[in-house]
Amino acid sequence: MMATPILQISGLTMDFGGIRALNRLDLDVHAGEIVALIGPNGAGKTTFFNCLTGIYTPTAGEILLTPPGNSKSISLKGLKPNHVTEKGLARTFQNIRLFSQMTVLENVMIGQHCRTKAFILGAILRNAATRREERQIVEKSYAILDKVGLAHLANEFARNLPYGAQRRLEIARALATEPFLLLLDEPAAGMNPQETQELDRLIKEISTDGHSILLIEHDMKLVMSLSDRIFVMDYGKKIAQGKPAEIRSNPAVIKAYLGEDVDA
Amino acid sequence: MFYLNEIKRAFLTSLWFVFLTFPIVVIKVDPIERIVRWRWENSLYMAGGIFVVYLLVKFFIHRKSQAVEPEVDRDNEVKGSFIHRILANPKQRNVLIVVLLFAALAFPQFSSSYQTNVMSTALMYVVLGLGLNIVVGMAGLLDLGYVAFYAVGAYSYALLNHHFDLGFWAVLPIGGGLAALFGILLGFPVLRLRGDYLAIVTLGFGEIIRLILENWSEFSKGPSGISNIPRPGLFGIELSLKGEIIYLYYLMILFVIVTIFIVNRLQDSRLGRAWIALREDEIACQAMGIDKRKTKLVAFALGAFWAGIIGVVFAAKTTFINPASFTFLESAIILAIVVLGGMGSIVGVILGALILILLPEYLRALSEYRMLAFGAILVAMMVFRPQGLISNIRRTYHSDKKFHPPTQQ
Amino acid sequence: MLQFFFIKMDYFVELFFGGITRGAIYALIALGYTMVYGIIGLINFAHGEIYMIGAFTAFIVATVLSIYGFPLLAIVILAGFAAVIWSSAYGYTVERIAYKPLRHAPRLSPLISAIGMSIFLQNYVLLAQTSDFLPFPELIPEFPFMEPVAHVVGSSDLMILITTAIIMLILTVVIKFTRVGKAMRATAQDRTMAMLVGINVNRIISATFIIGSALAAVGGLLIASHIGQINFYIGFLAGIKAFTAAVLGGIGSIPGAVLGSLILGLTESFATGYVSSDYEDVFAFSLLVLILIFKPSGLLGKAETKKV
Repeated sequence: MMATPILQISGLTMDFGGIRALNRLDLDVHAGEIVALIGPNGAGKTTFFNCLTGIYTPTAGEILLTPPGNSKSISLKGLKPNHVTEKGLARTFQNIRLFSQMTVLENVMIGQHCRTKAFILGAILRNAATRREERQIVEKSYAILDKVGLAHLANEFARNLPYGAQRRLEIARALATEPFLLLLDEPAAGMNPQETQELDRLIKEISTDGHSILLIEHDMKLVMSLSDRIFVMDYGKKIAQGKPAEIRSNPAVIKAYLGEDVDA
Repeated sequence: MFYLNEIKRAFLTSLWFVFLTFPIVVIKVDPIERIVRWRWENSLYMAGGIFVVYLLVKFFIHRKSQAVEPEVDRDNEVKGSFIHRILANPKQRNVLIVVLLFAALAFPQFSSSYQTNVMSTALMYVVLGLGLNIVVGMAGLLDLGYVAFYAVGAYSYALLNHHFDLGFWAVLPIGGGLAALFGILLGFPVLRLRGDYLAIVTLGFGEIIRLILENWSEFSKGPSGISNIPRPGLFGIELSLKGEIIYLYYLMILFVIVTIFIVNRLQDSRLGRAWIALREDEIACQAMGIDKRKTKLVAFALGAFWAGIIGVVFAAKTTFINPASFTFLESAIILAIVVLGGMGSIVGVILGALILILLPEYLRALSEYRMLAFGAILVAMMVFRPQGLISNIRRTYHSDKKFHPPTQQ
Repeated sequence: MLQFFFIKMDYFVELFFGGITRGAIYALIALGYTMVYGIIGLINFAHGEIYMIGAFTAFIVATVLSIYGFPLLAIVILAGFAAVIWSSAYGYTVERIAYKPLRHAPRLSPLISAIGMSIFLQNYVLLAQTSDFLPFPELIPEFPFMEPVAHVVGSSDLMILITTAIIMLILTVVIKFTRVGKAMRATAQDRTMAMLVGINVNRIISATFIIGSALAAVGGLLIASHIGQINFYIGFLAGIKAFTAAVLGGIGSIPGAVLGSLILGLTESFATGYVSSDYEDVFAFSLLVLILIFKPSGLLGKAETKKV
């Protein structure tokens, strides 16, 4: 019997004025899976992520998050973005949104914010507890940077990194929030084939470490290599779901991408 | 020829400015005596001045575009300006601090009362600048109504002393606390606002508070203000005027040191990082689990706290306050200090305050042009050097383990 | 009893026309704010100073000409021209120096630059002229045909209303039907696209500043003649109020600026006439704060949704 999916989306709808960006979308992710969300540009994929992470409040539908091993589900609908992250859902952005005026290490340290608690007094007094917490933050951040291969650049300003490294830093930053579900929005965008290969290895490693992953991606080779299951969207609706081999030969999917029937 | 072209442009630009400024700069009418004075010489000065300034600006822009970006050292040593290098080296930094401390402590012995007083004022603006720096420089919230918190501190001392006979030291924490409270109250409505709207609303708040102080005479004694505010006491010892001035100076030195200490600690803390994340990218900041409302409110409150404290000091120093001391212009001056120094940079803000407050004193002949210079500095800094005099340096962290760049496959 | 009613009516009508007149002046200034915000997303803090410079230029020219014995009509026309020409020149120059270099900088940079410009211009006029309140010559004589209603509507009020109405008409025609107007609307909607279809965006932005400044200059001339005195600080307060009006009507919307100005003018007039005149400025500032907090898109503006 299948355990409760860690993420269950049912009937998710998002209207912007007269435009329906998401139309009764259903999606689920199980613990330990890598699930891909694909579809032509404008299908509503990033809008979907924004609904999940609290940037938009969906017009209708339900988003249920169930931490693995837990039986209690939390509704994410209407939660503020920082609360969503606290609950264990972290994301990266389609357009890189790093904190350019901070160092690489500090960007990752920020991710630890919701898992730590030193506040004004702690900052000013720097008592033993605070110093211990800071030490832990630094060590954990270094470990994460090592995983993505950026530890040697820790004290460099984030804005000085090359593009591929910046994308990896975004992932590192999201990992620092200690999520159990990681949302990656086009992590391979703009990467050359070698960088994409590195990314493939990294994402598989993150999955082995125990994180579940939901990613939006256009690079089909990467999607096919990584995914356990794929959901396909077009015009805000789910048009197909299944294992990579099924999706590859699904006529509806081909039509959505190429705009014509296979036989035509 | 490159230079001939630039000279032609400079000439045309100065002609334009002569035309532009003609009515206001050249013509002076006395409507009562019914005479017109034609100050043609001003046009000449204007033409010459603009000509030179234009060429200088073009020259510096040219120089900057020629400079090559310095390469980053393998070991990530902090490259950069002279000041950065001194600050990064702990031994040199400590020597500098000790020297400055000695100079500061010895200052009153070698200067007149007047000069000491001026220095106290400059130190007050250092603290104000550091306080606003938290709000504007670190959290990125353009607060144009900062002067309101300054007024809260000043008036709380004046009124609490007037009605309840409370002394300086008793009111000091109260003034700071009240100002912090106002900071939260003013912060709440602007939480969702975008940068420029936030600026205008805070400006509005500042003006509203000043206007209320001016018009609600039953509460604040209106435009005539409150006088006879007692100076800070020193265990009840009677001090001469000169003694009071020196006492206040040392008090300010103490406040400045404490403020620098606290702000420095805040900058490299979990809270400080949250502020900078907020400033850099509000959406990404929230995505990282930071509660943006709480972070903003704390920034407002802490920034306001310092303004309140210095407000109390201001009331005690000048022994007389009225609403005219708390105009938008004050907020603009403090903003100029932060902008000139470098948003988020403690050393920069200190420098900015000392330059903007002390320089007019030592260039007495040009003091008329003080406000003109403020305006010009704000524009010039934004256009030519938005990072301020001293740009931001972040702390470097080291791990116990050694990390190497990933090997190529 | 009837007499009492007429007195009340008279007072009401007087306040009404006073309010519309105020509104007209605010509109002339507010249009500058709204057009600039619409096209480059900047709150032109220094715009109030352009208005003040228009008033000063008109004052200087008018006073010089009257000392040299020019006829009244010539003075009015020449002072008006002078105000418009020089204010436009200042508006153009301010944009080139303080805003154009910052077009791609983060949002707060041009705002801080604008604040600096505002302070600079105020003190520039202060130093070059004087801090005194200067008496402005009365350029609009009392028309004999206004006699019967002179106690509620002055000739000056009438001139302001007529002038403003004519200018609004001209502006509407320009925006709607001329190439420049269309280019301005296009640039306001999508700057990149406007560039791609061949619009010289820099010129259009300059044109926007020039038109806005010219309007403010007329406002400066009218108010100076109406009130009878000017001083270097009038720009700040008028600027904030006109900005409030623009925001009230919906910043970026030209009809909104006019609507907001009329509402603000009338409300101010009635509030100070019936309640109290002390808190007049507090009222304007409070209104500004409330609108920005609760309905920043104003009456006629559109709410913005952000794209992430």
